[in-house]
Amino acid sequence: MGFTVRRNGKDVVVVDVEGQLIVGNRQELKARILEALEAGDRKFLIDFTHTGYIDSSGLGVLVSLSKKIRDEGGELKLAGLNEDLRTLFELTKLDTLFAISDTAADALTQF
Amino acid sequence: MLAARVSPLAHPVLERELSLTVPTDVVLIEDAVTIVCSHLEDRFQDARTVRFNVRVALCEALANAMLYGNRGDRSKTVDLRARYGPFAIEIHVTDEGAGFDPDGVPDPTLPENLERPDGRGVFLIRCLMDEVRFNDKGNSVCMMLRRS
Repeated sequence: MGFTVRRNGKDVVVVDVEGQLIVGNRQELKARILEALEAGDRKFLIDFTHTGYIDSSGLGVLVSLSKKIRDEGGELKLAGLNEDLRTLFELTKLDTLFAISDTAADALTQF
Repeated sequence: MLAARVSPLAHPVLERELSLTVPTDVVLIEDAVTIVCSHLEDRFQDARTVRFNVRVALCEALANAMLYGNRGDRSKTVDLRARYGPFAIEIHVTDEGAGFDPDGVPDPTLPENLERPDGRGVFLIRCLMDEVRFNDKGNSVCMMLRRS
């Protein structure tokens, strides 16, 4: 359970969320991404391929990170949402706020 | 270490009752949800709904109880009671707070609320469970699932 931060060849910071993104660990994700943003990174991909569930705090942290990254001239993309997670984004209409790709590989071609 | 108490119920649909007292600490939410859902998955006929809908709804209810109900006060606890059987689940989550008006929560899907980082918890509970009721005081939520 946790987050793995890696970097691909196109200067995209890729964060894998393993397990869940909930109120108990959302601050860690926020800290990891803001640290990279402050260090100068501007392209971010969060990969949910190995994520079981996300609660509203997790959705909230994604909304807040998206805004911060956009304000700094960067972009945040999401990928790998399973059917249930995609439903969460659709129910909350957050699918209209984020660029969501089926796979991380697809998302990386969009930067 | 959280410890659940499970006992049989003399009820035609809800066969067992699980009780769990959770101290106010968001780090404990994951463990509490895992404990409850492992018991529910063993009995309820729709395990997939337990694995996702119930997990998320229970996370929301516990987080609301700790952060807004008990206001993060670690001397307070959240009382969790789940009654369940193969065809029904009923989960009560009760905090020690003053309560709130669930009908006063703004719709998070309105365009003006979409970029708000909070305010989706009660909305998600209502979306993911079949029936949701609050007590008059507003410090206890009852979330229900039914299968025929």
